[in-house]
Amino acid sequence: MSDVTTLAFETNCHIFDGCGFPAPGLHSFLFKPLIGDGDSSVYFNKTMLLALLGSIVIVGFFWAAFAKPKIVPGKLQMVAEAGYDFVRRGIVYETIGKRDGEKYVPFMVALFFFVWIMNLWSIVPIAQFPVTAIISYPAALAAIVYITWMSLTFKKHGFVGGWKNITGYDKNLGAVLPMVVGLEFLSNVIVRPFTHAVRLFANMFAGHVLLLLFTIASWYLLNGIGIAYASVSFVMVIVMTAFELFIQAVQAYVFVLLACSYVQGALAEHH
Amino acid sequence: MNALAQLAAEEAENPLIPPIPELVIGLIAFAIVFFFLAKKLLPNINKVLDERREAIEGGMEKAEAAQAEAQRTLEEYKQSLSEARHEAARLRQEAQEQGAALIAEMRAEGQRQREEIIAAGHAQIEADRRSAAHALRQDVGKLATDLAGKIVGESLEDTARQSRVIDRFLDELEEKAEAAR
Repeated sequence: MSDVTTLAFETNCHIFDGCGFPAPGLHSFLFKPLIGDGDSSVYFNKTMLLALLGSIVIVGFFWAAFAKPKIVPGKLQMVAEAGYDFVRRGIVYETIGKRDGEKYVPFMVALFFFVWIMNLWSIVPIAQFPVTAIISYPAALAAIVYITWMSLTFKKHGFVGGWKNITGYDKNLGAVLPMVVGLEFLSNVIVRPFTHAVRLFANMFAGHVLLLLFTIASWYLLNGIGIAYASVSFVMVIVMTAFELFIQAVQAYVFVLLACSYVQGALAEHH
Repeated sequence: MNALAQLAAEEAENPLIPPIPELVIGLIAFAIVFFFLAKKLLPNINKVLDERREAIEGGMEKAEAAQAEAQRTLEEYKQSLSEARHEAARLRQEAQEQGAALIAEMRAEGQRQREEIIAAGHAQIEADRRSAAHALRQDVGKLATDLAGKIVGESLEDTARQSRVIDRFLDELEEKAEAAR
């Protein structure tokens, strides 16, 4: 990795100035390390800072709300309880069920708020970057979920039973059994963690590119007649920011919902 | 062309290959969140949520108990009220019966006393009448003999007494009066 972050606004590049459009691309997702050398494998950059800051924000918020909880809640506690209850009842109880699901509530709550806050950095001024648009973060989370449900499967059904559960093995299938087992194995064991991580990553990546596109265009078009188009582009920045706010929450919800359904599948008697 | 485009061309790294340092930081960041939520904060709030539910349910149980108590009291009250009504009716009935008996008794007693008084009166009148008749008979006999003695000139008293003339005369008078009646 080398020096890449030159913000579009730091250039003085406008339309009709004989200057090409500085389109956003992969380089928009690469950051010059804040600490350390970009060429070595030990460094600290913006996304890491945001990830750790996000963790502190989540823990700080819940600490303020739940460290000394009251039976009659204050405003902050009420908001935090609503969020907690949303994940607990709205996601975990709905998918895994109350009896089996209770054990996984802390994990899923942490997962939901972690993903959501990491997404939310996208529209926080100055930060303005969704941490989850770097594949490492969704991949780390997806890996934890993957290990969780895989180990649960074998713990619950034993080695052979576990594989049967994962591959949907059923003697009644007859001739198509090998195909089903093969497909299920591919789908559940190999593709599933990949799609789980990439779904989140790609959504946030694309959202960030869209925001960048309209933001950069707003700046780039600020010249002569282009100003009219720049204003349209700027309106789109606002609209897309609102849309991103929605998508961030939806993606966090989907990520946790899928994690829950994987755990539920692992606990289920027949896949 | 500008520097950005050149940089973009240089950096054609696959965005799906996760850089390891970010992966590590991501795990650490998530571990921090999970640790605090799972070990301290969520158990905290769960305890309070349970307490709250118990408080609400306890309150409802208390309210239910109070309602049942009130219902029971009302039943008891109604029952004792109806018992009291019956008792009162019974007493009134009894009193009426007793009163009627008393009145009848008093009336009988009064009747008896009246008859006694009347009977005593009658007896008194009869006795008075007899003594009066007796005295009258003696007086009349004496007056008659005195009168006759004055006319005859000598005392007829002893002979008249001996012969009971006057008595016979008076008896006759009485008999005539009896017959005339």
